[in-house]
Amino acid sequence: MEWKHKHLLTIEQLSKEDIEYILETAVSFKEISVRSVKKVPTLRGKTIVNFFCEPSTRTRMSFELAAKRLSADMLNVVSSSSSLSKGESLKDTARNIEAMKVDMIIIRHSMPGSAQLLADCVSCSVINAGDGPHEHPTQGLLDAYTIKEKKGRIQGLKVLIVGDIAHSRVARSNIWTLKKLGADVTVVGPSTLIPAEIEKMGVNVSYYLDEEIPKADVINILRIQRERQDRNFFPTLREYIQLFGVSEARLKNAKKDLLIMHPGPANRGVEIDPAVADGPYSVILDQVTNGIAVRMAVLYLVSSVGSSKKVKMKS
Amino acid sequence: MKQINGLDKKGIQRLLVRMAHEIVEQNEDVDNLAIIGIQTGGAHLATRMIGVLKDITGKELPLGILDISLYRDDFAELGEGHPQLKATDIPFDVGGKDIILVDDVLFTGRTIRAALDAIVDFGRPKVIQLAVLVDRGHREFPIKADFVGKNIPTSLQQEIYVRLKEEADDGVFLIEK
Repeated sequence: MEWKHKHLLTIEQLSKEDIEYILETAVSFKEISVRSVKKVPTLRGKTIVNFFCEPSTRTRMSFELAAKRLSADMLNVVSSSSSLSKGESLKDTARNIEAMKVDMIIIRHSMPGSAQLLADCVSCSVINAGDGPHEHPTQGLLDAYTIKEKKGRIQGLKVLIVGDIAHSRVARSNIWTLKKLGADVTVVGPSTLIPAEIEKMGVNVSYYLDEEIPKADVINILRIQRERQDRNFFPTLREYIQLFGVSEARLKNAKKDLLIMHPGPANRGVEIDPAVADGPYSVILDQVTNGIAVRMAVLYLVSSVGSSKKVKMKS
Repeated sequence: MKQINGLDKKGIQRLLVRMAHEIVEQNEDVDNLAIIGIQTGGAHLATRMIGVLKDITGKELPLGILDISLYRDDFAELGEGHPQLKATDIPFDVGGKDIILVDDVLFTGRTIRAALDAIVDFGRPKVIQLAVLVDRGHREFPIKADFVGKNIPTSLQQEIYVRLKEEADDGVFLIEK
């Protein structure tokens, strides 16, 4: 298998083989994080910038740890304390970062397509760490990795994605990943939070969580993204909880080997009950652990293409 | 592709048995020994070495396998892409152990340099000794094997291919490029 992608912008652009190769490569990286010396010298001398224009804890830390465990030098640019807050455009900031000779930019931004825009205007590798409600490819990959690790396969599994589908990049990256790997995906939520024509992505749509739970192998629960909601999509939070909050009582007819996932940050007591988040089905913290291995694999594969370009330019 | 005289399945086994005897002779404290094989040829040989050493000493030594891809010194210059990663699994504490590092062919010494760096990331062994089935010369680093199955002088236009049963019929072959 040859890896050809210099950037990781969306899952939509990847083939099934690409996705499987990332997941396979990630297996080799998982072991590094449990060594006493959690570091390999592979990306020594590479400089990677975490360019985050939206709040993040998990993803930013996870990318930072992944880079550091590969011995790359990593620096963080946060929009609130950067020149973006003085009115500099995204393109200009990115070009200036690049002029400092970095090898890779990891970007999170509230605008869909921002990662693509960046990739078009700089010559280093770009990794999308979430572009508005569009995609969050590494989250889709780490969710698939976790499912595969726990279930041994993805093909044929029934996966529910529950909640705010409309504003969720996690939903979109998960749908692309899981559909390409052959899972049966159903999105569940209030009709106002399910985008029109989402069936075209190959998913089933349901508005009744209780009917879907007994059939599910995996339930991926999404956060209600109040910061992206410009109006009220449901009457009250209490009604949402009653209809779509995943509680212990709701899971009484669930399969015994169900997996409960959540990309975080979770609103406990809203979309997920604390008893479920900490319960026997939950693999939420495994997702976080696996995120580092998957991101190490992505940095490793992407930088191998980035460097080949440089060698070609020299000759 | 020409098979090296006498190095078929039986021949390879004979070399392994002789090396195993040398290992036991030079390491009195057998209980402190552990074997680490380098992916993939060395890993196969290490597995066999464990069996031979068990026949000699009656003891089953710990086995580790090591993929050195992440420790290569040419990652930045590979150009064409990246090495495909294989498993690393060292299920024992290397600290204080007498490690026998096993590989199929010793050539430039760069793989061994990478393996040494990788092993010390897992802990601080008491000793690391190197056992190789074939030493073909052309060292680029100051590295020397403690146990050699066979020295096969080669030119840089040639390649040595060690085929083990895990892939197909055993044999050591000389390939002209």
